[in-house]
Amino acid sequence: MTGADFQSLSPLLILSGGAAVLMLQIAFVRSVNLTATLTTLILALAALSCVYAGQIEEQRVTPLLLADQFALLFCSLFCAAAAVTALLSHDYIQHHGDEPEEYFLLLTLSTMGACVLAYAVHVASFLLGLELLSVSLYALIAYPNKSILPLEAATKYLVLSGAASATALFGFALLYAVTGTLEFSTLGTRLGETISGQPVLIAGAAMVFAGMAFKLSIVPFHLWTPDVYDGAPSPITGYLASVAKAAVFIAVLRLFLEADLFRYQLLVELIGLMAILSMLAGNLLALLQTNIKRMLAYSSIAHIGYLLIIFMAYLTSSDRALTVEAAAYYLIAYTATTLAAFGLLTLISAQQVERENIELHHVTGLFWQRPLLAALMLVAMLSLAGIPLTAGFIAKFYLFSAAVNGQNWTLLGSLILGSGIGIYYYLRVVYYMTRRPEHQPTEPGTTQSWREFALPGALIAAILLLGTMPQALIAFLESIL
Amino acid sequence: MSMVVLIGLLLIGGVIAWWTERINSDWPRWVALATVCAALLYLLRITASLSLESFELVPDPHDGASWLLHLKLAWIPRFGINFELAMDGLSLLLVALTLLLGLIAIASSWSEINFKTGFFHANLLWTLAGVCGVFLALDLFLFFLFWEVMLIPMYLLIAIWGHENSGYAAMKFFIFTQFSGLLMLLSIVVLAWQGAVTNGLLSFSYFDLLGLPLEGPLAWVTMLGFFIAFTVKLPGFPFHTWLPDAHTQAPTAGSVLLAGILLKTGAYGLLRFCIPLFPDISAQFAPIAMGLGAAGVIYGAILAFGQTDFKRLVAYSSVSHMGFVLLGLYAWNTLALQGAVMQMVAHGVSTAALFTLAGSLQQRLHTRDMRQMGGLWHQAPRMGACAMFFALASLGLPGLGNFVAEFLILLGLFAVQPWLCAVAALGLISAAIYALWMMQQTFQGEPDTGRQMRDFNGREMLAMTTMIVALIGLGLYPQPVLDLVEPTLDALQQEVRSDVIRAFATTSAAQ
Repeated sequence: MTGADFQSLSPLLILSGGAAVLMLQIAFVRSVNLTATLTTLILALAALSCVYAGQIEEQRVTPLLLADQFALLFCSLFCAAAAVTALLSHDYIQHHGDEPEEYFLLLTLSTMGACVLAYAVHVASFLLGLELLSVSLYALIAYPNKSILPLEAATKYLVLSGAASATALFGFALLYAVTGTLEFSTLGTRLGETISGQPVLIAGAAMVFAGMAFKLSIVPFHLWTPDVYDGAPSPITGYLASVAKAAVFIAVLRLFLEADLFRYQLLVELIGLMAILSMLAGNLLALLQTNIKRMLAYSSIAHIGYLLIIFMAYLTSSDRALTVEAAAYYLIAYTATTLAAFGLLTLISAQQVERENIELHHVTGLFWQRPLLAALMLVAMLSLAGIPLTAGFIAKFYLFSAAVNGQNWTLLGSLILGSGIGIYYYLRVVYYMTRRPEHQPTEPGTTQSWREFALPGALIAAILLLGTMPQALIAFLESIL
Repeated sequence: MSMVVLIGLLLIGGVIAWWTERINSDWPRWVALATVCAALLYLLRITASLSLESFELVPDPHDGASWLLHLKLAWIPRFGINFELAMDGLSLLLVALTLLLGLIAIASSWSEINFKTGFFHANLLWTLAGVCGVFLALDLFLFFLFWEVMLIPMYLLIAIWGHENSGYAAMKFFIFTQFSGLLMLLSIVVLAWQGAVTNGLLSFSYFDLLGLPLEGPLAWVTMLGFFIAFTVKLPGFPFHTWLPDAHTQAPTAGSVLLAGILLKTGAYGLLRFCIPLFPDISAQFAPIAMGLGAAGVIYGAILAFGQTDFKRLVAYSSVSHMGFVLLGLYAWNTLALQGAVMQMVAHGVSTAALFTLAGSLQQRLHTRDMRQMGGLWHQAPRMGACAMFFALASLGLPGLGNFVAEFLILLGLFAVQPWLCAVAALGLISAAIYALWMMQQTFQGEPDTGRQMRDFNGREMLAMTTMIVALIGLGLYPQPVLDLVEPTLDALQQEVRSDVIRAFATTSAAQ
C-alpha cells in the first residue's frame, strides 16, 4: 500500500485508531466525561480527515474499497452524525447504564462499519461493514439495562437482523457459485455473461434482496422497525434511523451502479412496487400512532419509500446523474432532519422518568413552556413533511425533478398521496405543542443551559440553510457525480 | 430591491412584535400597527417614485423589464431557479389591499386577543409577508414557496387562537391547501421540464414558461394541477368544504385575513398563471370552470341561507361571491376580467367588515348563534347600522363596490354564455335573501332586555368607516382601480386571445 492509499483511507484509520485509544482509556481511567469528549473529538477528526482524503484522485485501495468523493462525502456525513449522537447521548447515558463508557466505544465501532459501507465495492467489505454496524447496534440498543423495553427491542433486532444478514450472506454465496467473483463490477459483467433465469441465480438474488430490504425496513420487511425504534434509547433511535439506513442505502446504490443491475428491469420494477407500498403503508400506519417515536419509525419507512423512487427514475430517466444527485441530497437532508427530531425528543423527555416513551400528550403546551425547544421541533417536523424553506422540501423537490424526468407518474402519485397523509401526523405534533395547557405546570419550565440547545440549534440551522441556500451543496454534488 | 424591503419589513416587524411581548403584552399591537403602516407608506413611496406613464404602459408578459418593478437574482442555478419578483398594476393593487386589510385585522383583534399577543401578531405579520410574496413572485418555484409558507402562520393563528373546534378546522385547512399545493408543485416541475425540452434551457421563470406549446393529456393534467390548487384556495365548488370550518373557528383577525386576502391568492393564481400558461387547454376547459363557478354561486347562496351560525353564513356567502370571480375569469373578456378584479377588492373589503362584526358580536355575546341574537339594533345602534351597510354591500346594492363588480362580470359573461349568466344572476337574488335574513335574525325583532351590550367604540368605528368609505368609493368611482389594472389585463388578453375562448365556449354552448 502506498502513501496515497493511506491518505484516502484516513477516516477509517482514524476511527479504528480512535477505537483502540478509547479502549485503552477505559481500561485505565473510567470517566464518562473524558470518554464522551474523546469520542466526539475522534469522530470530528474523522469527519474532517475526509477533506484531507479528498485531495487525491479517486483511488482503488485493495480490491475491497473504492475511495472516491462520493464515499468520502458520506463518510464525513456519518462521522458528523455520530458525533452529534455522542453529544446527545452524554446526559442520557449517565443515568441509564452501570458502565456507560463502553457505549461510546460501540458508537465509534458502529460508525466505522457505516463508513466501510460507504467505501465498499466488494461483497466482502460490504458484509464486513454491515456486520460491524449491526453488531454494535445490538449492544447499543440494549445499553440502558435497567428497563425491559430496550432489552426487548435489542433481542428483536438481534434475531431478525441476524437472520437478514444470514439470508443476504447465503444469497451472495449462491451468486458467487454462479459467477465466481465477489467484486461488484466483475459480478455485473459475469452476470451478463451467464444464462439468465437460472434457479440458483434467482434464489441468490432474491435472498440478497430480502436481506437488504430488511435492513432498510422496506414494506413488507418492516415489521421490526416500530418496536425497535420505540424501545431503543432516543439518541440511538436517531442514529439507527439516519446513519444505519443511509449507509446501507449507499452501499446498495453502489452495488446497483457498479454491477449495473439496472438492466434487470423486473428487479427495478419490484423495487418500485415496494417503494409504493412503503410510502403508503408507512404513512397510513404512522397516522394511527400516539407514541411519537413509533410515529417517526413509520415515517422513516415512508421516507425510505420516497427515496427508492430514484431506482425507477434511474431506469427511465435521460439525466442519470440527476437521480444519483437526488438520492445523495435526500440522504443528507433526511439524516440531518432525523437526527434533529430525535435529538429534540431526547431533550423533551429529559425530565421524564419513562424516557423511552414519548406520547403525544407529553408535548402538550410545550410551545408555551419551552418555546425554543418547541420552535426547533416545529422546524424538524416541517422538514420531515417537506414544507418549503427546509432541507426536506429541497430534497422532495429533487425527487420530483428526478421522477418527472423519468416520467414515473405512478410513483409520483404515491409520493404526493403519501406526503399528503404525512402532513396530518407531523402537524399533529405541532398542534399538541401549541395547545394551551389545561393547568399551569407546577414546576416552572426549568431553564436549560445553552449547551443543550446548541446542538439541536445547529442542526436546525443546517436544515434551514440547506432549505434556503442549497446551491453550494448542489454544486458540490454535481461536481463529484 | 424595494419589493424585498417591503416583504422584509413585515418579516422583521413580526420578530420584533414577538420579542416586545417580554416587555409588555400591549406592545406587540403597536409594533404590528407601526409595521403595517410603515409598509404602506413605503409602498406609497415606491409608487410615487414611478413615472405616471409607466402605469399606462402595457407590460410585456415575456419581458420583466417592462414591468413597473422587476428584480432577478440567481438563486439555485442548478435548476434555473431565480429569486424573481415583479410588480405590475394588478400586483400593486392586491399588495395595497393586503396591507390595508392587515390594518383592519390588527384593529379587529385589538381587545380580542390576550393570550400570547406577541406570537399572535408575529404570525399575523408573517402571513401578510407571505401573501405579499405570492402577489409579487414571478418565478414559479418562488411563488410555490410563498404559497406554502404563508400557510404555516395562518395554521398557527387558527390552531392557537381559534374557537372551540380550532384544531380540526386548522388541520383541514392545512391539508386541503397543502395537498393541492403538492399537485401544483408537480405541475410546476412538469412545466419546467417541458420548457427545458422546448427552449433548451431549464427555467422556472414565468417569463420563460409563458407561451409554451403544450398539447395532449399531459398538458391537461398539468393544467388541472394548477387549477385544483387555485380553486381550493378560491374556494370554488366542490373544493370549498374547508372554508366554512376554517372561517368559523379562526379568530377575527384570522377570518379577516382568510376571507379578505388568502382567497384572493387563488383568484390571482388563476388569472396570472393558470389561464395564461395554458391558453388552449383553458379555452377547452372554460365551460367546465364556468359551470363550477355558477354552481358555486347558487350552492353557496343556498347553504348561506341555511346557516344559524353568523360566521358560517358569511363563509358560505364567500363561496357564492367567489363563484362570480371564477365565472368572470373564465369568460375572459375585458368587462368580465375587470369585474373579477373589482370583485376581488370589493369582496375583500365587505367580507372583512362582516367578519369583524361577527367577531365583535362573539366577543360581546359569547355566541355566534343567530337564534340567540335578535333586536340588537336597540342595544347597539352603531353596530346595527354598520351591519346593515355591509349586508347591503354584500347583496350587491347599486352604488357600492360589489354591485359594480358583479354587474361587470354578468355583462361580460352574457356575451359568452347567456344561459350561465342567467343562472348566475339568480345569485344576486339569493344574496338579497340571505343577507336580509341575517339582518332580521340578529339586529331586528324584540330585544332581550336582560342583555347588556356595549356598542362600537371609536377604534372600531374608525375601522368600519374606513371600509364604508372604501366601498362607496369603489361603487361610485371605480375608474382608478380599473385604470390601474387595465394594462395588465390588456397584456394578458393579448397573450390569450379572447376569441379563442369565446369560440370554444359558444360552440360547446350550442352543442
